[in-house]
Amino acid sequence: MDWAFTTETFLSLVSAIPLTLQLAATSIAIGAILALGLALARLSGILVLDWFARFYVFVFRGTPLLVQVFLIYYGLGQFPAVRHSLLWPLLREPYWCAVLALTLNTAAYASEIIRGGLLSVPHGQIEAAKACGMPQLMLFRRIVMPLAIRQALPAYGNEMISMVKATSLASIITLMEVTGVAAKIISETYRAIEVFIVAGTIYLAINFLLTRLIQLLEYRLSPHLRAPPPSVPAASAATAIEGDAS
Amino acid sequence: MNQPGILELVSFGPGGWGHALLAGAWMTILIALAGYAIGAVIGTFGAWAKISGGTTVRTAADAYTTILRGIPDLLVIYLLYFGGSAMVTAVGRLFGAEGFIGFPGFLAGALAVGITSGAQHTEVFRGAFKAVHPGEIEAAIACGMPRLMRFRRIVAPLTLRHALPGLGNVWQVVLKESALVSITGVAELLRQAQVGAGSTGLPFDFYLIAAAIYLLISTISGVFMRQAERHFSRGVRRG
Repeated sequence: MDWAFTTETFLSLVSAIPLTLQLAATSIAIGAILALGLALARLSGILVLDWFARFYVFVFRGTPLLVQVFLIYYGLGQFPAVRHSLLWPLLREPYWCAVLALTLNTAAYASEIIRGGLLSVPHGQIEAAKACGMPQLMLFRRIVMPLAIRQALPAYGNEMISMVKATSLASIITLMEVTGVAAKIISETYRAIEVFIVAGTIYLAINFLLTRLIQLLEYRLSPHLRAPPPSVPAASAATAIEGDAS
Repeated sequence: MNQPGILELVSFGPGGWGHALLAGAWMTILIALAGYAIGAVIGTFGAWAKISGGTTVRTAADAYTTILRGIPDLLVIYLLYFGGSAMVTAVGRLFGAEGFIGFPGFLAGALAVGITSGAQHTEVFRGAFKAVHPGEIEAAIACGMPRLMRFRRIVAPLTLRHALPGLGNVWQVVLKESALVSITGVAELLRQAQVGAGSTGLPFDFYLIAAAIYLLISTISGVFMRQAERHFSRGVRRG
């Protein structure tokens, strides 16, 4: 292996990591809010909202992300109304088009995950909170949401990883994130294997860190599943009983 | 300028793009099928390696699924397309050919889709095999079935039944992934839509039509998948 070339490639790819992370973080964050709205629309019991959410999820999960990216980046410019609107300075930028496509896409997948989480909240817990006299909003904030998040976290972690991978499509609309830079180096040098190894390692490292973070969060959120530490009170209780017996 | 409506664009007459889009859709299905088949073969061996392989084989299979599920599919396509071209050019030079020789885009695309979906196939088959009741295999051993017959008559059908929902998911992923093959210039659905968008100046219409065709294909295959599931679980009592 040519170490000079590999190091040079590594350095140029590392400088592209911030853009990759930025694309992923922005779209995951906005997508999560949108997804919560969609999940609530599905569960609202209002027929129009329910069907809208269903249709949205059907369309965005059923078509390739690349088609969605093209539709937004190349397609929207076809309409003079869009070109003359206030949003055009944003929609003209490949960056915002990529963010928009990734956000709309992840919202569809994440809404199903969140819906599953919300449905998994045990009914008894909601009843107990109601019996305590909790108002609707507090009930949602204190009981339903935390329990739903904990339940949905593993699946949501998968979705976050696929979003990190999905940012690579931004390279097709000229954004120079990790895959974009890799493709440029490959087409200039035709040394696909070395570049592939370096770029692949970077994505693996990002996703490895992400899975560890999610695992940590899951651990923090589920203290009730952990084995209790060999606690002192139990031991002293046992000796107390022994003491009584003797 | 008189712009054609969306119905004129998909028509099969002169000036209509119906034929091109239909051919593109057919090519998309072919790439997806080829990639899916390659992935299924890889997945079968991958699952076998993970279940009953030695330490080395199992580590290799683990590395394969971890890597392929952690890196973008686009990167795999770049590797096969550019890497393949570089290799073919090098071999061509060995035999005295001049200049650059391109790697066939269809082959690169199908291989890339196959290699990435192989990782998912591996996990689906492994999970499905775990769901096969050990008693069924034990019963087959007790009947004196030889290893290969046991696999053919007991393990494979039962595993397949449990694997069907997962296989349906993998197919949907493969179908969408095949759109990435358009970057190698293969005339599949998205590529044809790009050509149409370029020559008519109506990108929105063409990408919308392409999206609708993808939805149609995935909906139809979803119906088939559900039918297959019903067919293969006809021996199972529900509820």
